[in-house]
Amino acid sequence: MTQGHNYVFPVEGERFDEAGKVSVQVKQILKKIGIPDAVLRRAAIAIYESEVNIISYAIHGTASLQVTDDHILIDIQDVGPGITDIEQAMEQGYSTANDHIRAMGFGAGMGLFNIKNCSDIFEMSSEEGKGTHLKITINR
Amino acid sequence: MNVAFLVEKLGLKVRCGGDRLDREVSGGYAGDLLSNVMAGSKSGDVWVTCQAHQNIVAVSVLKEHSGIILTQGREPDKETIQRASQEGIPLLVTELSGFEIAGRIYGLLHP
Ligand SMILES: Nc1ncnc2c1ncn2[C@@H]1O[C@H](COP(=O)(O)OP(=O)(O)OP(=O)(O)O)[C@@H](O)[C@H]1O
Ligand SMILES: [Mg+2]
Repeated sequence: MTQGHNYVFPVEGERFDEAGKVSVQVKQILKKIGIPDAVLRRAAIAIYESEVNIISYAIHGTASLQVTDDHILIDIQDVGPGITDIEQAMEQGYSTANDHIRAMGFGAGMGLFNIKNCSDIFEMSSEEGKGTHLKITINR
Repeated sequence: MNVAFLVEKLGLKVRCGGDRLDREVSGGYAGDLLSNVMAGSKSGDVWVTCQAHQNIVAVSVLKEHSGIILTQGREPDKETIQRASQEGIPLLVTELSGFEIAGRIYGLLHP
């Protein structure tokens, strides 16, 4: 195995002005590593939707990226309210976004669905009152 | 077809990215829900929207859009202009509705 690439990015709740900051950076990193466009685009979408969810619903969190010989591993963790019904949250169109969030064009209830769509393996766990954890694997 | 051609044909006003109008327009996408645009739009698309706040810029950068057209005379926020200029994304404005401008762009793309 070649030397792995590991990165951790902090994401702050309510910082809508920073939405996209991590995904744009990750896209550049993956491009430099030589990941094909079609693959890095999926990673960028998954991270974008994840960071927007932290900004929208959580207090703060992190997005970590690990690139191995075969996979792009994305790990998203936040400290926040968590999700009680994951199945419902995954449904297209389900959203608890408030008016402020909707006014900016978020809250279509598509983010998690998009993330799953962009993943080869998608795992999600959450604890009420503690936070949410997404594990996204994309094949290189 | 490049962005400059659209600007000329449709009388769009250029709010920033005037030096990047050589970008190729390969298609278009209309939408105001950002996660829908993230999922559905393609690289090279010109994005038609009424959203004027700065979050549209990251979406366009990630999706590699050729430009953004704000409809119904919406003016971009100053942060939006600042970011789009940094990123070299043409930000264009029209008085027309999303329906009308998308129809005209479609006609130019598929004559
Ligand atoms: N990190 C999170 N912490 C707490 N709740 C979350 C988190 N992520 C998602 N949710 C809940 O799941 C719902 C669905 O999330 P999803 O990203 O699919 O859609 P959305 O954020 O509402 O809208 P969109 O992503 O389309 O802008 C959210 O409205 C919210 O209730
Ligand atoms: Mg979301």
